[in-house]
Amino acid sequence: MNLDSKIPAGPLAEKWDRHKFSCKLVNPSNKRKYDVIIVGTGLAGASAAASLAELGYNVKTFCFQDSPRRAHSIAAQGGINAAKNYRNDGDSVYRLFYDTVKGGDYRAREANVHRLAQVSVNIIDQCVAQGVPFAREYGGLLDNRSFGGAQVSRTFYAKGQTGQQLLLGAYSALNRMVGEGKVQSYTRHEMLELVMVDGQARGIIARDMVTGEIQRHSAHAVVLATGGYGNVFYLSTYARGSNSTAIWRSHKKGAYFGNPCFTQIHPTCIPVSGDHQSKLTLMSESLRNDGRIWVPKQKGDTRKPADIPEDDRDYYLERRYPSFGNLVPRDIASRAAKDMCDKGYGVGKTGLAVYLDFSDAIRRMGEKTVESKYGNLFDMYKQITGDNPYQTPMMIYPAVHYTMGGLWVDYNLMTTIPGLYATGEANFSDHGANRLGASALMQGLADGYFVLPYTIGDYLADIERKPIANDSPEFMEAEKVVKERLSKLLSIKGNKTVHQFHRELGLIMWNHCGMGRNEVGLKEGIEKIRGLRDEFWKNLLVPGSDLELNQNLEKAGRVADFLELGELMMVDALHRNESCGGHFREEYQTPENEALRDDENFAYVAAWEYKGDGQPHQLHKENLVFENVKLTQRSYK
Amino acid sequence: MSGNMNLTLKVWRQKNVKESGRFETYTAKNISPDMSFLEMLDEVNEDLIKGGKDPIAFDHDCREGICGMCSMYINGRAHGPVKGVTACQLHMRSFVDGDTITIEPWRAAAFPVLRDLVVDRTSFERIQQAGGYVSVNTGSAPDANAIPVPKDNADEAFNSAACIGCGACVAACVNSSAMLFLSAKVSQYALLPQGRVEAKRRVANMLKAHDDAGFGACTNTEACEAECPKGISVTNIGRLNREFAAASISGE
Repeated sequence: MNLDSKIPAGPLAEKWDRHKFSCKLVNPSNKRKYDVIIVGTGLAGASAAASLAELGYNVKTFCFQDSPRRAHSIAAQGGINAAKNYRNDGDSVYRLFYDTVKGGDYRAREANVHRLAQVSVNIIDQCVAQGVPFAREYGGLLDNRSFGGAQVSRTFYAKGQTGQQLLLGAYSALNRMVGEGKVQSYTRHEMLELVMVDGQARGIIARDMVTGEIQRHSAHAVVLATGGYGNVFYLSTYARGSNSTAIWRSHKKGAYFGNPCFTQIHPTCIPVSGDHQSKLTLMSESLRNDGRIWVPKQKGDTRKPADIPEDDRDYYLERRYPSFGNLVPRDIASRAAKDMCDKGYGVGKTGLAVYLDFSDAIRRMGEKTVESKYGNLFDMYKQITGDNPYQTPMMIYPAVHYTMGGLWVDYNLMTTIPGLYATGEANFSDHGANRLGASALMQGLADGYFVLPYTIGDYLADIERKPIANDSPEFMEAEKVVKERLSKLLSIKGNKTVHQFHRELGLIMWNHCGMGRNEVGLKEGIEKIRGLRDEFWKNLLVPGSDLELNQNLEKAGRVADFLELGELMMVDALHRNESCGGHFREEYQTPENEALRDDENFAYVAAWEYKGDGQPHQLHKENLVFENVKLTQRSYK
Repeated sequence: MSGNMNLTLKVWRQKNVKESGRFETYTAKNISPDMSFLEMLDEVNEDLIKGGKDPIAFDHDCREGICGMCSMYINGRAHGPVKGVTACQLHMRSFVDGDTITIEPWRAAAFPVLRDLVVDRTSFERIQQAGGYVSVNTGSAPDANAIPVPKDNADEAFNSAACIGCGACVAACVNSSAMLFLSAKVSQYALLPQGRVEAKRRVANMLKAHDDAGFGACTNTEACEAECPKGISVTNIGRLNREFAAASISGE
């Protein structure tokens, strides 16, 4: 199959408007004859569900949490970018577009990114109209802050809880549509299989996580807004339930997987404290507006940070990148932290941490102002570590935070399966090899509020309007497969719990496919994952039965999928013989240890096709054409 | 490791919504003070599974205090002994070696127990669906800065909107009232110009949904505020009452 990205013709700035006009329309009285399933209710899912229901489509939403409001978008802290130029500091749609393409190390599609920048301004308008309480100035107008990879202040925020407020906004719009009967909300339900009829996505098999009942849900289109797959690393800033099952089951039904190895390791997280640890906590990038990152100049300096004089400190980001300083993009900040720690300059009990210091900011602005900007983050830090960051610098270390990779989608956000869409973090599309801070919220809401409502109509307009049967042989077969898989997981009755397998998988991924990757390590990693996967299916122990609330059974299915996805990530990382963004192949670096791209051979999206269990994936390439941005070595010096 | 603790847990076990439950006693061994409370339960569950027993079911997701999923009564207090944190942010350094810890689900008629510590909070959903929104279709919004909002109002609206919907207020209330939760949502919109248009409808409909769901009335004990992990203030309830009075006097 040839990959057709369906990028519209014409000048960059006109592509989206032209495309919207060329999309077929479904007339208002016919919209109610179409059913759309949306899996996942974070920013991308909830905004799409509300917007499609407002248009008149019948929507069913599914989430594994007990409320759509608990999807992990809720935890996004720092902010959302938009090219409003309210600061008069030179921002524009083109600059946001440019910063995002450059920040992604030139591995994103120009047309998608430009559209994202265009609709970013509408997102802020929409959220304010919903009553999202963004931070404001005394004049009553919206405030902004700065984020990494940009030299303008374009980030809108609500303290350190921007994701929460945006999600509650989208959730409120969703609730309104539930109240009007246009959305049926299924909570504590998990999608376990995609159903295809005649080569088109026509529904899902879901499990009621309270009763264990397996259900068949049909629709004219299915949207996956299920987020990223960073939990393949076990320890991450993701929610514990975040998983890849919906996208991975769909991948195995024919949806290509784009750039699976592109993972974001976030530079400012609370370091690991011990083996018991179940998750890592992010300290927002916004802290880099006012916090300064440093390590002692002397290796193994055991003095308290306050006792280390200015001359004995190395503010290494400010030293290496004077023009962006502490606000370099995430991949660069993370690698620099790892580099300093690997060389022996790390601090704390494990030596795997650097300081993030607010003493200058507190001197400059006063403790009260710092508290009003970052209070909740400081409290969270204190609660987790027992240290008071008003008095002593925070200790931070990089942690897995986001996946730029995901299901391959065309300009309409449709996967390679007709009728199956992927939005938000679940798709691969807009961030290239590294996402800039405050751009995930922007993309999730752009896809849901302003892109999918136009592009899904273009597909549905050609589909027959009669309801889709949910008892066709295809549905019955998919249901059977799901039930057999659950029985198999329960019947192994081995000696190791699913947590043990997950933890082992995470270590393999972190050691072989983490911040630094190389050929030898990746090849070893692939062998180790295969071994672990074999053991999983022979020695897994899942308690209980399938017809009850069974959290270990839920998790077993997810880890089984991670064990397959992890291998594909390594295969992708191994094939990409270059470094770009968050993908750092140690063999390919500049003399200054920066990522060394190979645009001649790798300026493409790697879209992997599943060919059957035990068979190697087949690689398809979507060449990236840059007509507007000149490819250069990224420089933040 | 030195400093690690051994603890006795008394945990509410209940197979499903129909069967009755009971307390079971477990020991948690060699618990590090750096562990979170839920990580301690993870360890206990690993032991239970390996011993051929059913692990303790409990709700959790983000484990950073923002999703509102975790919901347990620890030693007679919603989310445990530390003020201003959720159960997932509670750390074992708040306990000492030899402690006995009692862990129960939220107790309220409107929150039936589904299994062990997991309760059904869909009654909260119905309250929100009854009016917890501004009726604005996607695409119809004016420029964001066309609606100035005084900073104090915006900040106060934010403070109300910071509610995570966990249900601790209900669990802490002798009447199982959800008035703090409801009033926080009503307040957020009452404080913003965007919310004024539908203010009367909103408060009346949401209050009705609250009562229909089986939550009790508010008798101003203020236990909700004391136990709220996000510091949501009872002044929201005062604002709700004013909104409701205004709606009742002038009608639709």
